[in-house]
Amino acid sequence: MTSSLHLWLIPVLPLIGAAINGFFGRHFSRRTVAGVALTFCGAAFLKALFVAAQFSSLSLPHTEFLAHWIRSGDFLVNFEFYLDQLTLVMLLVVTGVGFLIHIYSVGYMWEEGGFYRFFSYLNLFMFFMLTLVLAGNYLQMFIGWEGVGLASYLLIGFWFTKDSAANAGKKAFIVNRIGDFGFLIALFLMIKHFESLDFGRVFSSVSPLPTENAGFGLLTSIGLLLMVGAAGKSAQIPLYVWLPDAMEGPTPVSALIHAATMVTAGVYMVARSHVIFDHAPNALTVVAIVGTLTALFAATIGIAQTDIKKVLAYSTVSQLGYMFMACGVAAYSAGIFHLMTHAFFKGLLFLAAGSVIHAVGGEQDMRKMGGLRQYIPWTFLTMTIATFAIAGFPPLAGFFSKDEILARAYQANPAYWFIGVTTAFITSFYMFRLWFMTFFGDYRGAEPAGHGHSNAHGHGGHGDPHESPMIMLVPLMILAVLSIVGGWVGIGGRFEHFLGPVFGERAASEVATGGLSQSTEITLMMISVGAAFLGFYLAYLLYHKRRDLPQKIADALGGFYQAVVHKYYVDEIYATLFVKPLVDGSTRILWHGVDQGVIDAAVNDTADGARHVSDAARHMQSGNVRSYAGWIAAGGALIIAYMIWMGIR
Amino acid sequence: MVPVSYYLVLSGILFACGVVGFLIKRNIITIFMSIELMLNGVNLSFVAFAAHWQKFSGQVFVFFVMVVAAAEAAVGLAIIIAVFRTRETLNVDQVNLLKL
Repeated sequence: MTSSLHLWLIPVLPLIGAAINGFFGRHFSRRTVAGVALTFCGAAFLKALFVAAQFSSLSLPHTEFLAHWIRSGDFLVNFEFYLDQLTLVMLLVVTGVGFLIHIYSVGYMWEEGGFYRFFSYLNLFMFFMLTLVLAGNYLQMFIGWEGVGLASYLLIGFWFTKDSAANAGKKAFIVNRIGDFGFLIALFLMIKHFESLDFGRVFSSVSPLPTENAGFGLLTSIGLLLMVGAAGKSAQIPLYVWLPDAMEGPTPVSALIHAATMVTAGVYMVARSHVIFDHAPNALTVVAIVGTLTALFAATIGIAQTDIKKVLAYSTVSQLGYMFMACGVAAYSAGIFHLMTHAFFKGLLFLAAGSVIHAVGGEQDMRKMGGLRQYIPWTFLTMTIATFAIAGFPPLAGFFSKDEILARAYQANPAYWFIGVTTAFITSFYMFRLWFMTFFGDYRGAEPAGHGHSNAHGHGGHGDPHESPMIMLVPLMILAVLSIVGGWVGIGGRFEHFLGPVFGERAASEVATGGLSQSTEITLMMISVGAAFLGFYLAYLLYHKRRDLPQKIADALGGFYQAVVHKYYVDEIYATLFVKPLVDGSTRILWHGVDQGVIDAAVNDTADGARHVSDAARHMQSGNVRSYAGWIAAGGALIIAYMIWMGIR
Repeated sequence: MVPVSYYLVLSGILFACGVVGFLIKRNIITIFMSIELMLNGVNLSFVAFAAHWQKFSGQVFVFFVMVVAAAEAAVGLAIIIAVFRTRETLNVDQVNLLKL
């Protein structure tokens, strides 16, 4: 083991910031709160950069022991940090994008109440996310896993006086619990069979086991349960429903937690557990299918959304589906590559959307926007870059990562590839639909904007849309640059080579040979770029040139269009199938039956009984001296009678 | 020599008279007198046993009882006067304000 890097500092720094702002922020000025939050978050970023600088001199994987946590017989869990190439990528993405979003938030949240609370939560999130990423064993990862869920809950419900926000927070929390349930059982299985939760020990126990090609063995079970957890956290079918609702939170939160970092934790976890999945091809197939279907399904919903943040939310679900598709075909490094580029361009999209919302005074409905490019040129420019990046136009970031995934999917099964390309086309279409609706045409907002809208973003009436302050624009520009150049690290498989040692020689060698012939690869690339262009052209046609067409098409589609607008009624189906029976059952059986009928009844009846007995007994205390005397005499007589009886017996 | 059982029977009769008087009379003064009767019934049994066993402790007890009875009489009569002043009655059934 080489000299210690004090990795524990990276998560702990934001925790200190969270504590300072959480406990004392109420008394601070806004400037101080922002200063504290940015200092500690920035320090974590610098520390991560420092670690990256030292990286080449480390023997990997580099572990740092901090303290014992659980010692029970042979079973041992430590607080331990685990650093390898995968961790480093996540570390830089989380701290880097996180820091930029912190800066942006200062501008975005400046007018809001609860400023200190917001930054305390945000720093707390950074702490848990970094704990998750740096964890040396599954249990420590689980702490971070639950912690980011908590931070997400707190931040979705940040405007807790708004009913919909509070409910969205609860929904996110509860749906995530379902996933966590699977994750926990997977951990129990590991403890039972491998007697450890340590990454190194679990993986070395798994490696010699035979690959479970058929049937439903131990590793397949663990893999599937881990996937349940990942589906909850990363919003995959069937647990994706919380993410669109999570858009109730402030926009920087959507950018940081619900696009760039937390929701990718599931992908990270699957990639981290690749040894298990490699030995369980069936589980891996499930991952691929779930990811592919989610990508397509969410993308189609995204077409019909009118709320700018909802479009981006479904887009996030869809892009996460891509990442799982990549993991599912054992192209983990491609998944992580897309995770990274997605963090750049989706973070940027959300922040730019926030800037748009800011500009039009809290309006989120794209039908009330339009023509904004002349009012907010910088936002327009950055958002354009991000839109082209996510649509997969070369040479922007999204092109490289998406192309990598599609190529690997084609190798595994052309069906994945076909759905993937279809999704890429739909993605391009709905993103340019958003782009045209927001920035082109004439401004359709009410004058003055900002009054009477349900959004809690508290900008009062202002006239024309206005550009955001510099503190918001600078992070946008940095992310825009990253969205352009972020994909270039993947040229020639460099990114895959970097991650190669983590995912084993098999994956690395496959990348080295390319697996596909040069011409096939170029054909695939041409097709996906063609899909992106097609999406762009269709959006141009429908939402710029012929504005009347979308309505006609929608009318022609009739019922199907209605289904898409209502998100395939999934929320309603879940409500009927799960929520309503649970609520009714809880109300009738658990609440009225058990709680009121048994528990409350026992307590109340005891008290009632005591009262009735006392009520009867209190009449003995009449205040009448002679009745008292009578009782005494009777009592005395009884005692004497007893003694006499005992005497003569 | 009168056997001790005679004294005890008389003592019991006196005590019973006191109890009955206490229970059936309404006038506080009469009740008070009934209490004295009970005390003296007990006193009688004390001295009877003292004489029977040739021990003085019974007689010492009696002195104590008489002292307590005297003190009680003083306090009791004072209470009776106080009650009479406020309520203008000596009927115990009408002095029941201590009840719940």
